[in-house]
Amino acid sequence: MEDCLSKKIEITVSEAEKRTGRNAMNMQETYTAYLIETRAVESQNEGQCSPVDSLWRRYSEFELLRNYLLVTYPHIVVPPLPEKRADFVWHKLSADNMDPDFVERRRIGLENFLLRVASHPVLCQDNIFYSFLTQEGGWKEMVNETGFQLKADSRLKALNATFRVKNPDKRFTELKHYSDELQSVISHLLRVRARVADRLYGVYKVHGNYGRVFSEWSAIEKEMGDGLQSAGHHMDVYAASIDDILEEEEHYADQLKEYLFYAEALRAVCRKHELMQYDLEMAAQDLTSKKQQCEELATGTVRTFSLKGMTSKLFGQETPEQREAKIKVLEEQIQEGEEQLKSKNLEGRDFVKSAWADIERFKEQKNHDLKEALISYAVMQISMCKKGIQVWTNAKECFSKM
Amino acid sequence: MSGGAAGTAKALPSSGPKSLREMPHPLATSSSEEMGPALTPSPDLLLPRSIADKDLSLPNGTPVDTSSPASSSSLLNRLQLDDDLDGETRDLFVTVDDPKKHVCTMETYITYRVTTKTTRAEFDLPEYSVRRRYQDFDWLRNKLEESQPTHLIPPLPEKFVVKGVVDRFSEEFVETRRKALDKFLKRITDHPVLSFNEHFNVFLTAKDLNAYKKQGMALLSKMGESVKYVTGGYKLRSRPLEFAAIGEYLDTFSLKLGTIDRIAQRIIKEQLEYLVELREYGPVYSTWGGLEVELAEPLEGVSACIGNCCTALEELSEDMSEDFLPVLREYILYSESMKNVLKKRDQVQAEYEAKLEAVALKKEERPKVPTDVEKCQDRVECFNADLKADMERWQNNKRQDFRQLLMGMADKNIQYYEKVCGTAISLAGIQVVCFSLRWC
Repeated sequence: MEDCLSKKIEITVSEAEKRTGRNAMNMQETYTAYLIETRAVESQNEGQCSPVDSLWRRYSEFELLRNYLLVTYPHIVVPPLPEKRADFVWHKLSADNMDPDFVERRRIGLENFLLRVASHPVLCQDNIFYSFLTQEGGWKEMVNETGFQLKADSRLKALNATFRVKNPDKRFTELKHYSDELQSVISHLLRVRARVADRLYGVYKVHGNYGRVFSEWSAIEKEMGDGLQSAGHHMDVYAASIDDILEEEEHYADQLKEYLFYAEALRAVCRKHELMQYDLEMAAQDLTSKKQQCEELATGTVRTFSLKGMTSKLFGQETPEQREAKIKVLEEQIQEGEEQLKSKNLEGRDFVKSAWADIERFKEQKNHDLKEALISYAVMQISMCKKGIQVWTNAKECFSKM
Repeated sequence: MSGGAAGTAKALPSSGPKSLREMPHPLATSSSEEMGPALTPSPDLLLPRSIADKDLSLPNGTPVDTSSPASSSSLLNRLQLDDDLDGETRDLFVTVDDPKKHVCTMETYITYRVTTKTTRAEFDLPEYSVRRRYQDFDWLRNKLEESQPTHLIPPLPEKFVVKGVVDRFSEEFVETRRKALDKFLKRITDHPVLSFNEHFNVFLTAKDLNAYKKQGMALLSKMGESVKYVTGGYKLRSRPLEFAAIGEYLDTFSLKLGTIDRIAQRIIKEQLEYLVELREYGPVYSTWGGLEVELAEPLEGVSACIGNCCTALEELSEDMSEDFLPVLREYILYSESMKNVLKKRDQVQAEYEAKLEAVALKKEERPKVPTDVEKCQDRVECFNADLKADMERWQNNKRQDFRQLLMGMADKNIQYYEKVCGTAISLAGIQVVCFSLRWC
């Protein structure tokens, strides 16, 4: 942990700016650029402020970075980016990417992403990541030069593996189920939360109408007038208070959202394991069949049906020289195959070991973060209640003076 | 009222050849004052000698006959403009409680127990307990309107209930109605004139009210209503300022109450929709808790907290429906019936002015003022006096009622937030313990 980048430099995403430019298809587009600022963390003794380095990046560059990390470190649960499009919104929030509130929340999410990567023991040491933070020009080319896109597993291949793998590590199977269920439950939670927010907004805002009618009523009253009028003012305060309350709650929702997306990252690690395991199983199967072929050729017995066997039966046997040649080729392939199998096995075991280590690290982080988030939920409720008690107590006092 | 028997009302003695218009009005104060709760009685008014004393006189010294229900009641009203019933002087207590369902072949209905405790001479016994149904209350109100047309009669809860929408026999509905009926009788009890009304007496005491109802009808048709104020057919040129002001006030007042009613209903509706969503929200945390190990307890805690919030919210909405809205509606009904009384007053004044004009044109009748015109004047004066006194009483009661109602509304909201706060605090407690056990 002492080696973590986050201990050495301060990272902030401090600003967001609207820009226009030309995209890959040479069409005009508007996008938002984010300012990343980095500063070396000073030791206590020096007491000087080191200079701030800064550069601008847009969301697509963050995406590129993350994809690179996903491919390069498939055994790591890679921190997620904030959502691309506003999802789970309730009516007051806009779903427009250019909306200032959305941009602001995205800025915070991007900063959070960078901090997560910088505090990860493995990821923080990556050069591409470091360059992302410090090297403005030529970074894109640098990433592409790593050729990570070529290493990426195809989606189809991964899906195929998921269905056909025979002996995946049990822990990964369980983890896969867990991450699926987690995704499902958090999605559900966020959807309902948005509806709850909507309704609560309605309740508070209608109270604002009391303000107006009490004011109108107070005009025709003598002794009751003042009390009514001032109570009406408190109703207005009550109605207005919901805006701050819901803004705070949005922050809580964002914390849950991060883990919704983290579930996808967990899933990705499981998929990689399945793929590797499937690969291994296929390689083993291939080796077995080659050995069998070799044996059949050597002994002349056909134990299993093969096209080769059929054609030789139909069109005559091969010459002993031909057979010798074939056996030689097969024996070479078998040797290669055995070596490959060994290394694949090793790879597989290493992957399982390091992935599981990161998963344990992730579990700790998740439990810690979510417990904190749930505490903040309770604190928010308390704060909302105290505000409510205050307003209604004030109103009650006004009524008592009627 | 000992002078209840209908005899011929004797005319007010005339003060001489002055024209009626020049006679000092018994309640002469500045005529252009606004109607408001601070209607101060003329300093000339004397506090009562005994009510039973037949030698009552007007402040200007003219003796008055108490045999006419109209004049004596108005006099009593005028003499007791101050808040006359504090705890010590109160001698009549009425309560409505104990609703019971009766199932008969023809119908099903609810009766309420009406308990009376009193030291008044008008009652034979110190205590009574009778059972009455809504019909009976309705009958009483009609009788009071008929026999005391110059007074503001408190409203009853709404008579008709849309079947199928509201359950007439549900606990909530019955309780709401009971409270309103109790309020109705208490308002009558507190009124210095209405509480002495004989129909009210019978309502509180008679074992068989139906028999009295039938007998009452027969009596009436024999004697004719002794006080018949609904003259009809006369058009008032202009309402005196103070009554016009009351009319305008009542118009705006009931309008504002209507708006408040709609807002309150809308809030209840929004709260119930919020409740629906909360009911789905809580359990999702539970489901999540089922997936987790370390997070199970905090997540379950949130679920429970939301559950408690739901319960508290339900209670709040119920309270508002049952306690707040009915009182608002009562006052809207009250305003409506008060406007009708104002109209009746206008009628009486119109009749008087018309007859007076007719007299002024006939020169032979002067200087002697015909009796029926004098009676009209008397009626107008009494009506105005009664109405003003009742208005002031009404304003005071209204102020107290609304202060209590609105403070109650604030209280219910405070209680709701306190309940939710409490459950959130204990949730935070669990969470923090859970957190610190692991990471501190």
